[in-house]
Amino acid sequence: MNDLSKLKVSSSPHIRSEDTTSRIMLDVIIALMPALAIGIFVYGLRALTVTAVSAIGCVFFEWAYNHFSHKSQSISDLSAVVTGILLAYCLPVSTPLWTVLLGDLFAIIIVKQLFGGIGKNFVNPALAARAFLLASFAGIVSVYPKIRTALPLFTTPVDIVTTATPLSQMKEGILPDISVFNNALGMVGGSIGEISSFALIAGGIYLIYRKVISARIPLAFIGTVAVVTFIFPQGNNNLQWMLSQLVSGGLMLGAIFMATDYTTSPITINGQIVYGIGCGLITILIRYFGTYPEGVSYAILVMNLFIGLIEKVTMPRKFGAPKKERKGGAKVEK
Amino acid sequence: MSHGFKGGAHPDEMKHLTSQKPIEKLPAPELVILPMSMHIGAPCQPLVAVGDHVYLGQKIAEAQAPVSAPVHATISGTVKAIAPMEHALGTKVMSVVIENDYQDELDPSIAPIDYSAMTAEEMIACIKEAGIVGHGGAAFPTHIKLSSALGKVDTVIINGAECEPFLTSDHRILLEHPEEVVEGVKIILRILNLKNAVIGIEMNKENTFERINSLLPVDGSIKLVPMAVKYPQGAEKQLIKTITGREVPSGKLPADAGCAVFNTDTAASIYRLFTTGMPMHRRIVTVSGPDMAVPKNLEVRIGTPVKDLIAFCGGFIEPPTKLLMGGPMMGTSLYSDEVPIIKGTNGILAFAEAEPIHISDPRCIRCGRCVADCPMQLVPTYIYRAAMAGRMEECASFNPLDCIECGVCSFVCPAKVPLTQGIRVAKQKIIAANRK
Repeated sequence: MNDLSKLKVSSSPHIRSEDTTSRIMLDVIIALMPALAIGIFVYGLRALTVTAVSAIGCVFFEWAYNHFSHKSQSISDLSAVVTGILLAYCLPVSTPLWTVLLGDLFAIIIVKQLFGGIGKNFVNPALAARAFLLASFAGIVSVYPKIRTALPLFTTPVDIVTTATPLSQMKEGILPDISVFNNALGMVGGSIGEISSFALIAGGIYLIYRKVISARIPLAFIGTVAVVTFIFPQGNNNLQWMLSQLVSGGLMLGAIFMATDYTTSPITINGQIVYGIGCGLITILIRYFGTYPEGVSYAILVMNLFIGLIEKVTMPRKFGAPKKERKGGAKVEK
Repeated sequence: MSHGFKGGAHPDEMKHLTSQKPIEKLPAPELVILPMSMHIGAPCQPLVAVGDHVYLGQKIAEAQAPVSAPVHATISGTVKAIAPMEHALGTKVMSVVIENDYQDELDPSIAPIDYSAMTAEEMIACIKEAGIVGHGGAAFPTHIKLSSALGKVDTVIINGAECEPFLTSDHRILLEHPEEVVEGVKIILRILNLKNAVIGIEMNKENTFERINSLLPVDGSIKLVPMAVKYPQGAEKQLIKTITGREVPSGKLPADAGCAVFNTDTAASIYRLFTTGMPMHRRIVTVSGPDMAVPKNLEVRIGTPVKDLIAFCGGFIEPPTKLLMGGPMMGTSLYSDEVPIIKGTNGILAFAEAEPIHISDPRCIRCGRCVADCPMQLVPTYIYRAAMAGRMEECASFNPLDCIECGVCSFVCPAKVPLTQGIRVAKQKIIAANRK
């Protein structure tokens, strides 16, 4: 007689892939590490403390929200860690830690958990928190310390020697005074995690290799910026203008790590391309015509709001449907 | 090599457990349990009574409806019971139980069939009489497939994809008896009066290609098409798309795309019927899985209890948590090892993982993998979400009835949302609502 006492009956499929939400988030964290290394190299260990405090803050607020609202704990999925790192990455290294934690609170409690937690928020928590901080503390989160100067690890820096970012120079219609290569390497003023395009691209390649993201959104986003800035340069060197636009500011961080956020990007394949192009166009509109030098984060936030609409018009043509038909199908009759 | 359809997944193949193992004959069991329903369609009515002596191959139950298939004795012996018996589907089904006399006394009426002067209709009638149904799993009566294809299709496709992990029964047939398959295809072509058949085989069975190619007729009427290894390559609609580029229209049958699809062993069964007269009485079953002591490919009499196969393969390594009939993606999970092998059983698999991944509160992270990988280009996560919220009208607008329940969405979901399971329930609700 076979011992069948442990037998379970369930409906197919009976096997699952090894991928899990936490493994995906761990991959994103791994992919973000090269940028952190450059951030630390350029801005010193304070870059690490700001990033770590932000990550810990996000995890704490998520834990606390779940705990006090008697919901099942979700911090082990690591998504709060990702949000924390991403928020730190789009802040200057001189940001006081209390400001960082306030941003964490806004990102996790207001933007993420109050809308139902992972998969339910309608805008990117890190970007929404950045927008919140920028609107509330513009004087704090839009000053960029000069690179390779010593800053205190934990206390709020005073008398910061600031520097112009390449984007603020390009806002004036002039090419940055730094070579495209050094700019892409990250030897330049900016937010902690955005400065090194090379490091971010390396992370992006890892994510694509691990099939965590597809290349659709980053390519559509970056490609749109490339094409439009090449066609409409300010000055007469199209190529150098375009390359400077690509490697400056938050474009790589936004295109590779923010616009690809699962929750706030379309799930349809064609929709992802539309979304990427939209992000690119709004970024350029803000960079060229807006008040702020940088438009990546607002571009993504605006496009976040359109994903329902984008998905509606980019629903895949189901197998076996006539070529024109996109919707319809079975109806429930009452 | 043809890549064919959009979407799909790559579960661990695990075929190495049995792909090198020649088919062994399982000795005929002491008892066979022959359910009156082991095919798609109406159940049969028994033709025998308790105590009757039956021959091997004797028809013991008659199909009462056009979409049905008669049942034959798979051993010789005495009818011991006609009663509802446990069935793989989880219900009791009226079954004829035969006690083996170990004589394998052949029904005297069984003889090779000379079909040289037969019409297509006569040949289809022979196939109907022999109880042949699709060997791939769904067990659709083959004579219905043939008669509905007659004059309507231009291409015969032989399904040698065997895309489910673990299963190697078709692989071994293609390796050990390719001539039976090819001759079977010739008979199918003769019935349908066609000169165009394609045998589609996944690249993981490349070692069968040379032999098969050498057996193919020189007139080019039968071709071998190697296909990419991708689940669900062997699903009928995806197979047709891969081989012909055609899409079976939504809600329609393969014949509406000009194709008739047969499993490799179905073709071989047709060949054996005409050359020996034997009705469908045995099949090849892969007995495998991480918890099976000695995985094997077995030739089994239909009606053999599952426990006999397990015993022949050395039993379980440890008490199993899952016992499957069929593959891990679409198979049925068994609650008993007393149930019999039926006409569509291609595998018996045992698993003993501590706990299959199950999350009590799965949260969709909208990664979109289910959408990108759905071979029917549906949006599983939205079907699931609407169905779970009871918004059935919205759910129906996402076309759940086109779902083939291949399991890819549940398989790829990193958040372990039971998408396929939820969609299956939604389909039943919508079908029930439409009936009202």
